[in-house]
Amino acid sequence: MITHRLHVKENRPVAFSEATLKKVRELIQQYPEGKQKSALLPVLHMAQEELGGYLSVDVMDYVASLLQLNPIEVFEVATFYSMFYLEPVGKYVIEVCRTAPCAICGGEEILEYLKEKLQIGVGETTPDGLFTLKTVECLGGCGYAPVLQVNTQFHEQLDQVAIDRLLDTLRKQAADPSSADLTWASQFC
Amino acid sequence: MGKPVLLEHIRIPGIRQFGVYRSHGGYRPVEKALLEMSPTEVGQEVTRSGLRGRGGAGFPTGLKWSFLNRKSDKPRYLVCNADESEPGTFKDRYLMEHLPHRLVEGLIVSSYALGVNTCYIYIRGEFKYLVRILEHAIREAKENGFLGERILGTDFSLEIHLHPGAGAYICGEETALLESLEGKRGNPRIKPPYPAYKGLYDCPTVVNNVETLAAVGPIINMGGEAYAGLGKGKSTGTKLISACGHINRPGVYEIEMGLPVEEFIFSDEYCNGIRSGRHLKAVIPGGSSVPVLPADLILRTAKNEKRLLTYESLEEGGFDSGSMLGSGGFIVYDETACMVRNTLNLTRFYRHESCGQCSPCREGTGWMEKVLWRIEHGEGRWKDIDLLVNIARHIEGNTICPFGDAAAWPVASAIRHFREEFEYHVEYPDEVRVITHGNLVRETRFTGGHPVSGIRFR
Ligand SMILES: Cc1cc2nc3c(=O)[nH]c(=O)nc-3n(C[C@H](O)[C@H](O)[C@H](O)COP(=O)(O)O)c2cc1C
Ligand code: SF4
Ligand code: FES
Repeated sequence: MITHRLHVKENRPVAFSEATLKKVRELIQQYPEGKQKSALLPVLHMAQEELGGYLSVDVMDYVASLLQLNPIEVFEVATFYSMFYLEPVGKYVIEVCRTAPCAICGGEEILEYLKEKLQIGVGETTPDGLFTLKTVECLGGCGYAPVLQVNTQFHEQLDQVAIDRLLDTLRKQAADPSSADLTWASQFC
Repeated sequence: MGKPVLLEHIRIPGIRQFGVYRSHGGYRPVEKALLEMSPTEVGQEVTRSGLRGRGGAGFPTGLKWSFLNRKSDKPRYLVCNADESEPGTFKDRYLMEHLPHRLVEGLIVSSYALGVNTCYIYIRGEFKYLVRILEHAIREAKENGFLGERILGTDFSLEIHLHPGAGAYICGEETALLESLEGKRGNPRIKPPYPAYKGLYDCPTVVNNVETLAAVGPIINMGGEAYAGLGKGKSTGTKLISACGHINRPGVYEIEMGLPVEEFIFSDEYCNGIRSGRHLKAVIPGGSSVPVLPADLILRTAKNEKRLLTYESLEEGGFDSGSMLGSGGFIVYDETACMVRNTLNLTRFYRHESCGQCSPCREGTGWMEKVLWRIEHGEGRWKDIDLLVNIARHIEGNTICPFGDAAAWPVASAIRHFREEFEYHVEYPDEVRVITHGNLVRETRFTGGHPVSGIRFR
């Protein structure tokens, strides 16, 4: 269980693009009539991705209005799941697995090394807003330990050299948005 | 191991594509079931196969299906549990990544048997790339007439939808999963009523693991009896074991049930022995929630019989000297591993993932973590060890869902089998402190083996 600081509503206008709204409408169709609340988790994922990287109170209230829910229904869900961020995060969220199978195969060293390299602690963001460092529980990649995720990309069998390379790549990618984005999706589909 | 069953085609290039999968006999089980068999016959075939749930509990799948309330006039649902978050378990991910059509095919046949027209795959949110792979597979199946309205010209229709979670281990528990699918917090429900009567949206629902459902296709293909001919006793068929930790070849292996644990760990066909020429110290054989066993007890039971990879053999000896097959998350430790540190790590995991509904679980996991932290950091007291046993005992069996047991067992079993390590930490706090707060706290801590439990290594 995690306890979060409550945020103040800023009343900034937030809204999905027309394309995303269409996706939301399709999504609601997946569930029986009147059960649009089921779409909450996927819609919160979209909101986090499209509306600023984290779920501000304004964003949560917007999602509530889209799905005809009470704001509290959205808030209690957003606070339950670890993939939803209630605080602003950097462009790249580095989440290091710290559960036993990774921890015994070098995961603890990887985390220390990242802290040192980025000069931040767990839960903090680098001053340039590029990286946020977090720890997560088992990512389902224990055989390829140590594992971390950058946003939703898996990086496995890491060592210090691989971390150096990864951070370099991400920095370059951030500086040049047109550079090829080597995601899992582009490898597989 | 004879011929693989689930992973038969995994090495074929392009097998993720419908056309390639189809040309290797893919979707034949769907044709066979829908065109030649009645839903009841499909169910009977699964019962005959002896297939047991691969999600952890090992409940017979045919029996579970037979409980589904068919009298209700509400719609029925099949929910595929792809939440895979039990530490040490990464087999469903492997299966979905490489053979997505194996799952889709299994879902169609299972839905037909259950009279289900809507099926949801609840997939853990972190597996975003898998969502894309599965979406692709579902779209292909639909384009080829295996999903949608009136499949293969029969009057059976089916839609499969993907639903991502958002990072919560407890959503793997079936009722928490259903809550989450309804857009709520993942708080497990009190059972009964069971999902077979009141599941998703209060409708009759079957929840099955990915691997369970993926096995249905091959079962229909080869016949239940042939499937039951594989394996040993009541552990029929094959099982995916995801092996990790201090072994030379971690990965996902399909084994025929009944394979000796010793062969699995040391044979070059599987784990290929312990890393860096070290010794085997301990194994958690079924995902972090099952009891840990020291080397001597994982290789042979207390009765000095060979320990096999079956539900029964791993349970042999009960809590005194046995464990469980669980989800097949096989975590191996060599002599550098510290059992106190490892137990602290796992307890932190359970404290973090508790949904917080029941006080024994919510408070107990936090309390155990605090005590373990003390011991690990050289601040432990003698009575702490019994205190841990006591807390674990009071969590076990006193909670809404089995998560409480899952949190208690790792602690109780670590103390049962490695008590001298806990005592060492209390007796030599200075040494423990130096080691823990030294430069390299971690894997290299006990490079020469843990100072006390060396005798039990192999
Ligand atoms: C705390 C907890 C976590 C669980 N996590 C999973 C999981 O990640 N995947 C899974 O398939 N089953 C998981 N289960 C088991 C499910 O509750 C359920 O028994 C299973 O999905 C049934 O499918 P099966 O009969 O095919 O095994 C979990 C159970 C508990 C108590
Ligand atoms: S046992 Fe733990 S996880 Fe399960 S319902 Fe109770 S508090 Fe929640
Ligand atoms: S423990 Fe790190 S991925 Fe499972």
